[in-house]
Amino acid sequence: MPLDSLTTHCRHCGQPLLGAATERGAFCCQGCAGAYTLIHDLGLDAYYDRRPAEAAAPAVADDGDGADPLLGLPDAVAVAPDGSCLLRLSVDGLHCGACLWLIEAAVTKHHPEVRSARANLTTRCLTLRWTGTPTQAVEYARLVTGLGYRVAPFGGAGAGADPAAAQERALLRRLALAGFAAANVMLLSVSVWSGADAMGDATRTLLHWVSALIALPTVAIAGQPFFQSALAALRAGRTNMDVPISVGVLLTTGMSVVMTVQHGEHAYFDGAVMLLFFLLVGRYLDSRARGRARSAAAHLLALNQAPVTVLGADGLPQVLPPARVPLGATVLVAAGERIGVDGTVAEGVSDLDASLVTGETLPLAVTPGAQVFAGMINRTAPLRLTATASGEGTLLAEMVRLLEAAEQGRARHVLLADRIARAYTPVVHLTALATFLAWVFLGSAAWYQALLIAVSVLIITCPCALALAVPAVQVAASGRLMRQGILLKSATALERLAPIDTVVFDKTGTLTLGRPDLVADPTLAAEELEPAARLARASRHPLSRALARAAGPGPVADGVVEVPGGGLRWMGPQGFVRLGSRAFCGVADSANGGVDEGRAGPELWFTRCGQAPRRFLFADRPRRDAAAVVAELKAAGYRVELLSGDRAVTAQALAAEVGIDIVRADARPADKCAHLAALRAEGRNVLMVGDGLNDAAALAAADVSLSPASAVDVTQTAADVVFQGDGLAAVAETLAVARRARALVRQNLAFTLLYNLCAVPVAIAGFATPFVAAAAMSGSSLAVMANALRLGSKKPRDGGY
Amino acid sequence: MNSLLFLIPAALLLGGLGLCAFLWAVRDGQFEDLDGSATRILYEDETPLPKRHT
Repeated sequence: MPLDSLTTHCRHCGQPLLGAATERGAFCCQGCAGAYTLIHDLGLDAYYDRRPAEAAAPAVADDGDGADPLLGLPDAVAVAPDGSCLLRLSVDGLHCGACLWLIEAAVTKHHPEVRSARANLTTRCLTLRWTGTPTQAVEYARLVTGLGYRVAPFGGAGAGADPAAAQERALLRRLALAGFAAANVMLLSVSVWSGADAMGDATRTLLHWVSALIALPTVAIAGQPFFQSALAALRAGRTNMDVPISVGVLLTTGMSVVMTVQHGEHAYFDGAVMLLFFLLVGRYLDSRARGRARSAAAHLLALNQAPVTVLGADGLPQVLPPARVPLGATVLVAAGERIGVDGTVAEGVSDLDASLVTGETLPLAVTPGAQVFAGMINRTAPLRLTATASGEGTLLAEMVRLLEAAEQGRARHVLLADRIARAYTPVVHLTALATFLAWVFLGSAAWYQALLIAVSVLIITCPCALALAVPAVQVAASGRLMRQGILLKSATALERLAPIDTVVFDKTGTLTLGRPDLVADPTLAAEELEPAARLARASRHPLSRALARAAGPGPVADGVVEVPGGGLRWMGPQGFVRLGSRAFCGVADSANGGVDEGRAGPELWFTRCGQAPRRFLFADRPRRDAAAVVAELKAAGYRVELLSGDRAVTAQALAAEVGIDIVRADARPADKCAHLAALRAEGRNVLMVGDGLNDAAALAAADVSLSPASAVDVTQTAADVVFQGDGLAAVAETLAVARRARALVRQNLAFTLLYNLCAVPVAIAGFATPFVAAAAMSGSSLAVMANALRLGSKKPRDGGY
Repeated sequence: MNSLLFLIPAALLLGGLGLCAFLWAVRDGQFEDLDGSATRILYEDETPLPKRHT
């Protein structure tokens, strides 16, 4: 394969090239070289052409010592009676179509016994079927990990399908049935209406019978979600929107059957199935929008269950599920592996990515005796841990519990539509009863005629438009937000966003980018920066990368040694050159390296023979539009606060930079929850924006919460809204759309009220024929939907409403 | 009106065929991964893409 000798990026992962080159091309690390070789040997080089330019391949972790955690996989394999094996793997790092293709092609290429390999981009899951023994699972999983993806058994039990996904599929089947029935019944009804005068009784009854044959099974099958929900509500002594819907549909169908049997003129089958179809559309879209949230939660579960390698009493490594690791056991953690238990380091020096636990983006250097927690990722060197807590006892499990507890408070929010249904149902049913009594006693009509009129009142008031008024707006709003990379996870998020008056921001990773940048320093000359950058380009540590970014592209020093937890060392022509922590570089505590000592923050020291040590300071920069968004929110009348777990000085400095006046620093996760609870007790409606696991409980405790897509999984699971992209403009946009959506919902509700005020007298007077009912019901539903669609087209942020 | 006797069954049969096809597609899992299917269509194994020139 011809290679460009001036390659500046790793041939596998696309990272700027910092390290050594091999004969096959240039790679940033051993892992990437291995993955490239594997892909090349399988003849799958097309992967590099196919993947999107901006999406880099996952960086590959180097192998450490100890037993392979994949050895626990055969337990998760489900064996079918015919001897075929099935395994569902959760795949971390799967993010584009090229990944799907690569994984599927790699697993099936030289393995004819693999019957099917199907990767799913939505659930980040790989389903493998093969004939053979469960132990082959390890081989396949190792192929996938060799490509740079992390795998874990999906949701624990091998073949168990997700019940929520099955429910969604059932909803789709019902929707298809209702759509088929609505189209065909409507065809028959139109011919009845258009031929009303010319058509004979026998023909009309025939058409009614055909309609009944289509409509009855449809109502019985497609109406089940509504009937079940209504029944459950009535059993609990409540009413919800499904109660009037069920009553309306059942009455309409029942009366139409009676009419058909009696060769009557009016049958309302079209209205019943059309209503079901419209409502199922709303419900299906709603359930789809929440599918993503579900898969994120499943993903978290899978990460928790990655098996742990324990050194047994006989000195042999042994693979156990994390919950079964005995306290005091010695656990081996390879480089690149996620730690499965809480414990202390017994042996080894390494850097840990602790962002899942602390929200801190800088790696944590650990030495023997240091405490580590489940969920952290071991980056540079293998470690031996002594387990102090496992399974439910870990800090990670504790945080998830705190999160669940905080979420319970939120379940109290009652949907606007349900609140209306509570008031609506009795009024409508009393009106129908009054109509019946009035016709019998005042109008002296026959009782069955009065009954027909009373039922037609119920039919015409069946809350089709009312039931669509809210979901139609929600679908339009979530579609509009999704196009801008903002995902609404919770069905009630929009309703809870509209009354927000206080916005609370977390600091690291939310207002800031969560990545260090070199602080500009006028005394720093390029001649000093460049030699340091030559070393820094050889490392993937965030501070090294920041230094390399600041210096721009340039040559890399050969033979740089990275000392875990210390820094970089290079044997230069004039002796050792070091770049790293103060202690690693042997700098006295009193030296200030030419930088103002008052500034605190992450730092690197650079020492060369015969020259004064030099200090580089780093800081986490605010997102580029943070100040603009804060100003915009303040102008719109929101109270903006900063709530940070960081030190007061750092928090105050950032708040001043972006223009936030109210700052609370040094807040631990429990303090954050308490602060939000206090704000809510004052009667404020609080929006929390945060990204770290330490914010997760606070996100759940706020009225509504946003989190950037760069946030850790748990936090995204806790948040109601997840936004993508570098900017914070999504916060202002979400709030604007929510307020606009509230306005549209109110318009829709006012319209349906008006519709009922007009239609009910017609029905009470006894003029509601099926044509009138169908025209009124579809007309009001379409009007409500058209009004909701205005949200997608208009630009609310310029509209000034 | 006699034409109705075969027109209605014909219409229902055709509509029913469409419904069955859709239900089969749902059962077959074709709606499981809409994100993945959207990108999969771009890859054809037999004809490799032209090399990207950088």
